[in-house]
Amino acid sequence: MKRYVVIGNGTAAVGCIEGLRSLDRGGDVTVISEEKHPVYSRPLISYLLEGRTDTERMKYRADGFYEENGCRVAYGRRAVSIDAVSHTVTLDDGCAVPYDKLCVAAGSRPFVPPFEGLDSVRNKYTFMTLDDARTLESALNENARVLIVGAGLIGLKCAEGIRGRVGSVTVCDLADRVLSSILDADCAAVVQRHLEQNGITFLLGDTAQRFAENRAYMKNGGTVEFDLLVLAVGVRANAELVGRAGGGVDRGILVNEKMETTLPDIYAAGDCAQGYDAALGARRVLAILPNAYRQGHTAGANMAGGGRTLTDAIPMNSIGFFGLHMMTAGVYDGEMTEEKENGAIRRFFIKDGLLKGFILIGGTERAGIYTALIREKVPLASLDFDLTKKVASNLIFSQDIRRKKFGGVV
Amino acid sequence: MRGSDGMKRVYVNEEWCLGCHLCEYNCAFANSGLKDMVAALKDRRIFPRIHVEGDDRITFAVSCRHCRDPICVKSCIAGAIFQRDGVVRIDRAKCVGCLTCVLVCPYGALAPGEDGIMQKCELCLENACGAPACAAGCPNRAIVYEERGEAE
Repeated sequence: MKRYVVIGNGTAAVGCIEGLRSLDRGGDVTVISEEKHPVYSRPLISYLLEGRTDTERMKYRADGFYEENGCRVAYGRRAVSIDAVSHTVTLDDGCAVPYDKLCVAAGSRPFVPPFEGLDSVRNKYTFMTLDDARTLESALNENARVLIVGAGLIGLKCAEGIRGRVGSVTVCDLADRVLSSILDADCAAVVQRHLEQNGITFLLGDTAQRFAENRAYMKNGGTVEFDLLVLAVGVRANAELVGRAGGGVDRGILVNEKMETTLPDIYAAGDCAQGYDAALGARRVLAILPNAYRQGHTAGANMAGGGRTLTDAIPMNSIGFFGLHMMTAGVYDGEMTEEKENGAIRRFFIKDGLLKGFILIGGTERAGIYTALIREKVPLASLDFDLTKKVASNLIFSQDIRRKKFGGVV
Repeated sequence: MRGSDGMKRVYVNEEWCLGCHLCEYNCAFANSGLKDMVAALKDRRIFPRIHVEGDDRITFAVSCRHCRDPICVKSCIAGAIFQRDGVVRIDRAKCVGCLTCVLVCPYGALAPGEDGIMQKCELCLENACGAPACAAGCPNRAIVYEERGEAE
């Protein structure tokens, strides 16, 4: 009987468990869970603070998931080292856990730059885990002035989640626009305006340089007084375990399309892994939930002897703020074409006859048709793509392709 | 994937589609929980789980394909979409309306309900119909509910 060990207990870990159980019902599975909770939907922590979900509904899998999948979970335990030769994982309590196949699904952690004076700030928070959210929640009050450092997805979802529960929310970022990793300047301006209309204040192209208790001294010379400080500058992949064991690491743990690391019998998946991005044509960390699950599932199936590959992962995000929804996918490379209608912006990036990426602000209906064109590298010459720029439609496909799509087993 | 999985699905034949949108109304009614069609639909904007696409020449209905390897299930950030007995279902209480499933569904088959929370075709297995109302009510049999094995 194979011994499987999974380091981590998030989405990639669930993908791994379900992937390996799809092929092997019998093997022994041990999950090392630093968090003391069964798996939950991490991207929902801002919805939790906003009152749009609760911890019961945040369960990513039903009660009984681990039992049904024959998993032993070591809660509150951290893996401190991997010995790739003897095939053991050592935990922080000194326990050595042997494995035949190991999946590192250790996720990422908030990156906190070494700000001068940060130690003097009493009420400072990060926003990544359920415990982070609960700690922040316990400090919220209707008079609190909140400063969020970082106008990325985490910082802005946090801003949305707490806006109705605090006195003010100011977000600063060294970038000159919000969501700089997924939006271009024009689209970011639209989103920023919408956030401002909903009570968020921005200081962009500017960031905190040092702190003194409840005051931030900004790069551009100003100061910001705050009661609560949220640090959402960025995240770092938890890649060190594999790096120290001798495995290849760059921004994340390097994996091939089978999710194998450079070490034998060790796989990696999720936010800690650096796998192939089909839109970029190179390996990079794709820290998004769908990718975590799919990488985990691929890893798990291969750990159980399957021959799966994951070759079509692309960056993509679907996210809303105060009722304005946006979707992005792929890379913004090539010629841009744009459709604007009723306040919605739809930008498409086309290169070498392929759709490489898109940004949709509002007007997101059936966007998955576009995403599939990127993921599957469908030549646009085979379609009537112009037809679909105003609203995505299956009309772009030939009747033959539609007959397959809607007339066959998929 | 090839070969039969023994599951009945909804299939469309666009040559026979009249573009009448009756499937959308039958879907909305079937999932309304109401006994009276007029009370369920009259003067209301409907949010069906099947929709008719097309232009002035071609029309066809689109609904969940109940994929064997559904990317929506793998992508749902809330763990709200799941597959049971081949049917792709949603636990609406868990959904937060992030629309990631809309972003990943290659068929454009998913749309949120009136409340912004996702809903989807569950083949009417859980409502009073017991089998897809869209197919049962299609006047030209452009929509059928049957088991098809061989096609890709």
